[in-house]
Amino acid sequence: MTSMDFLMLTKGPLFQAALAIFAIGLVVRIVEILVLGRAHNYAEPRGNAVVGGLRTLYKRFHTDAGTFKAAPFDVVVGTIWHIGFIIALLLFIPHVELIESTLGIAWPALPNPVVDAITAITLLGLMAALVHRLMHPVKRFLSTPEDYLIWAVTFLVALTGYLAYHRVINPYPLGLGLHILAAEIFLVVLPFTKLTHIFTAFIARYYNGAIFGRKGVQS
Amino acid sequence: MVKSSATDTAPGSSNETTHPTPSAPEHRGPDTMTLGESLRRNGVSRRGFLKFCAATASMMALPPSMALAIAEALEQARRPSVIWLSFQECTGCTEALTRSFSPTVENLILDTISLDYHHTLQAAAGDAAEHAREQAMHANAGSYLVVVDGSLPGPKANPGYSTIAGISNYDMLMDTVKGAAAVVAVGTCATFGGLPKADPNPSGAVAVQDLIKGKPVINVSGCPPMPMVITGVLAQYLTFGKLPELDEYNRPLAFFGQSIHDRCYRRPFYDKGLFAESFDDEGAKKGWCLYRLGCKGPMTYNACATMKWNGGTSWPVESGAPCLGCSEPNFWDAGGFYEALSVPPGKSGDTLLAAGVAGAAVGAGVGLMARGKAKSAAKSHQTVTVDELEQQL
Repeated sequence: MTSMDFLMLTKGPLFQAALAIFAIGLVVRIVEILVLGRAHNYAEPRGNAVVGGLRTLYKRFHTDAGTFKAAPFDVVVGTIWHIGFIIALLLFIPHVELIESTLGIAWPALPNPVVDAITAITLLGLMAALVHRLMHPVKRFLSTPEDYLIWAVTFLVALTGYLAYHRVINPYPLGLGLHILAAEIFLVVLPFTKLTHIFTAFIARYYNGAIFGRKGVQS
Repeated sequence: MVKSSATDTAPGSSNETTHPTPSAPEHRGPDTMTLGESLRRNGVSRRGFLKFCAATASMMALPPSMALAIAEALEQARRPSVIWLSFQECTGCTEALTRSFSPTVENLILDTISLDYHHTLQAAAGDAAEHAREQAMHANAGSYLVVVDGSLPGPKANPGYSTIAGISNYDMLMDTVKGAAAVVAVGTCATFGGLPKADPNPSGAVAVQDLIKGKPVINVSGCPPMPMVITGVLAQYLTFGKLPELDEYNRPLAFFGQSIHDRCYRRPFYDKGLFAESFDDEGAKKGWCLYRLGCKGPMTYNACATMKWNGGTSWPVESGAPCLGCSEPNFWDAGGFYEALSVPPGKSGDTLLAAGVAGAAVGAGVGLMARGKAKSAAKSHQTVTVDELEQQL
């Protein structure tokens, strides 16, 4: 197989397959969560559940002082690489073109050198996160093979993208194909691992906030 | 010698010049005139010839001192016999070569090789033409070059899709290649199958390298390929008597070693993130990067960006058209020409929608089943009072 065959395989049938597995897997999980609903609360509401839910949805972006004091490294590094990853994913011109061709919606992108620098920071952040996970006795004790798996698939997407952009892997179709393959592995793994937090985190935040909002207390 | 006017294709039509046709007696058997003599006879100055040699040396990444060695070797070279086979092709490759920039040393070198058989360029037709091919094969057995443009129906396909003088393309290629020193596949059809091989490939087209085993095959891809690359390969063969260093697709590394993107003069705009969004917007007028308009430069390896076309006048990207990636295999089925490189072929939106609907149905089913289970559990839930429990103790 030549490198161009490989690129066309990853761009064509493998991408469609990965997209289908991702969409089926993710939608099954989310719809199941929503259809299940929550147990009926017979108590009289003392506040608005929807307002409380939406408020918490937003407020969880702020780190509370206690968490920061307890784990400053996780808060700082975690925030940096999460934001970096989202910027590289959503604001890189080739990615915007891909999203437009798939979903039909587009938005302005950032200049390539900006995304390049942010990707480098993201890669460093991910590496620091792994080192910290391995060095910290409690984190290492709590880590499961799944945690290392999702670190690896996330890191590989960013790394192969960085290498493809800088044309380190030659010929280029091979480098680009490896990046697309890494993204497809990410998409396939996503619905069946903790990576679902990309979507379910917001459902959890809303439910959490709604419960407290109904009780008329802050969350 | 064959004249290079591509318009002169009518069988038996008379040439405007006095060049003899391939079937002319003086072209039977190895020619004794050297390339240097022939070039001088054609009015190519020493200066012009050395310039060509220097350009060839630099294209092949050789030190400048090699230009003289190339000149010496070329001057001494005997005209090799070349048999040019045209199969499922559009004659664009020949057009590009003969009309590249007239008169060039490249052109004259092509004139100067003993082009013993070429449908488009030879005046002979019918039996005489086929006779010329057989004679060249016989007289130069083991030393002639076969140049092929166009793909051909493979051994399993119906040979009737393309025949010449009642001979299938496949039989003619295999027969002609037997006594050849090497095969040069010219153009993307010959190198990778090209447009005839595009999905659904009705004629069962295959590339030359799919069929030739045990002989060197050099691929000069492009739709059309760069004239200088064809002549550069021939010049290298004449100079060193061996074939150039090749890439993974058997293309000469000297010309296909770098991507269009890496040598593109619009690259700084890509790096700055300045893109033309349409063919007539402000960015297009300012000459910004054509990535978003579908430029395949990043995945395309060819010499257009450095050598340009029409005697160095311009090239597609310079004229505002994105690179189509024509020198790469399967470029015709690699997604829309005017869609960005990152856009996959196929209908991703439909896949996503269908998968989403299927996922929603399954998810709703699973969710409802779980709900039903919870409800029936609640229904069959038996209560017990404290008294009842105490009685059991």
